[in-house]
Amino acid sequence: MSKRGAPPEVNAGSMADIAFLLLIFFLVTTTIETDAGLDRMLPPIEPPDTDVVIKQKNIFQVNINRDGQLLADEELIDIKDLRAKAMAFLDNGGAPAGSPDYCNYCQGNRDPSSSDNPSKAIISLKNDRETKYGTYITVQNELVAAYNELRNREAQRLYKRNFTDMEAEYLNPETSDEDKERLKERVKSIQDLFPMKLSEAETSSSN
Amino acid sequence: MSKFNKKKDAALPAVNTASLPDIVFMLLFFFMTVTVMKDSTLKVENTLPNATEIKKLEKKDRVIYIYVGKPTREYQKLYGTESKIQLNDKFADASDVGDYILMERAKKPQELQNVLTTSLKVDKDANMGIISDIKQELRKVNALKVNYTTYEGDAFRNLQ
Repeated sequence: MSKRGAPPEVNAGSMADIAFLLLIFFLVTTTIETDAGLDRMLPPIEPPDTDVVIKQKNIFQVNINRDGQLLADEELIDIKDLRAKAMAFLDNGGAPAGSPDYCNYCQGNRDPSSSDNPSKAIISLKNDRETKYGTYITVQNELVAAYNELRNREAQRLYKRNFTDMEAEYLNPETSDEDKERLKERVKSIQDLFPMKLSEAETSSSN
Repeated sequence: MSKFNKKKDAALPAVNTASLPDIVFMLLFFFMTVTVMKDSTLKVENTLPNATEIKKLEKKDRVIYIYVGKPTREYQKLYGTESKIQLNDKFADASDVGDYILMERAKKPQELQNVLTTSLKVDKDANMGIISDIKQELRKVNALKVNYTTYEGDAFRNLQ
């Protein structure tokens, strides 16, 4: 007895063991990484009430066949060239100056036989049932990258910042509300310059 | 100076381990908070493809998962080596996806039901046919927000 009258101390020696046991359990069951991936919106199943007529030149047709070969605008191309080709199409701005579709921020070739304006340009993706998912994701990734690269260019010009950074910060739940409000406007304005119009037709089973 | 001379013997005092539980508890709480319990065992092979333009899936409570891939070896005898869909813990057909989504949606709180994302965790060797079927089912139940879950990495590695 060290001191008189003091209550006996509870032996806490085994507390560490218990805590270790729990710790090891959580260590084993833990998976730290958060999932990430390509966000896409599927088209609603009801067809729109009014049929919209889209000019052929405003559509960039991408076909993937069962062997993973790529047909872009009737041309057999390598997947590595897809991003550049999609960017050239989106950024073309073929409408002549003075017309309502004129694109004043485009830096493309202004080829009248290609897309009029980024807001009119549609990329249509079609794949075979036998296409490998990995190939499909690569193509999706390249097309999203084409949009992101153009959006980054405009965001750098207007706000001196990358669009992808702004969007990531906007979507981050830790960003404060006032920052979010400010970013929302900017993100929206860039998205309006290059709206993502990626249509996915139903797959074909033809060879 | 007398108070410095009070030591009874020269033996090393035992290291005080009273704070050890505190340290361990600290670690424990860290792992408890970052932990995500695996809610379903994978019965399909699931090597996700790589992509660079990815966005994080924040807020796990707003995500519904669908797994697609070849059955793992122990299930191959039963189900063959064709790509299959796994919903929760069991294999399913594309036609079951709609019901599954509606069921999962009904489990979520009212305010989240319109902001749900469907995460497609698909093996990179799967065929697009099964994915198209799933997408068609998703469109039928109006679950239009999808996330093709991938690893971060060079997308061209998928082609090899």
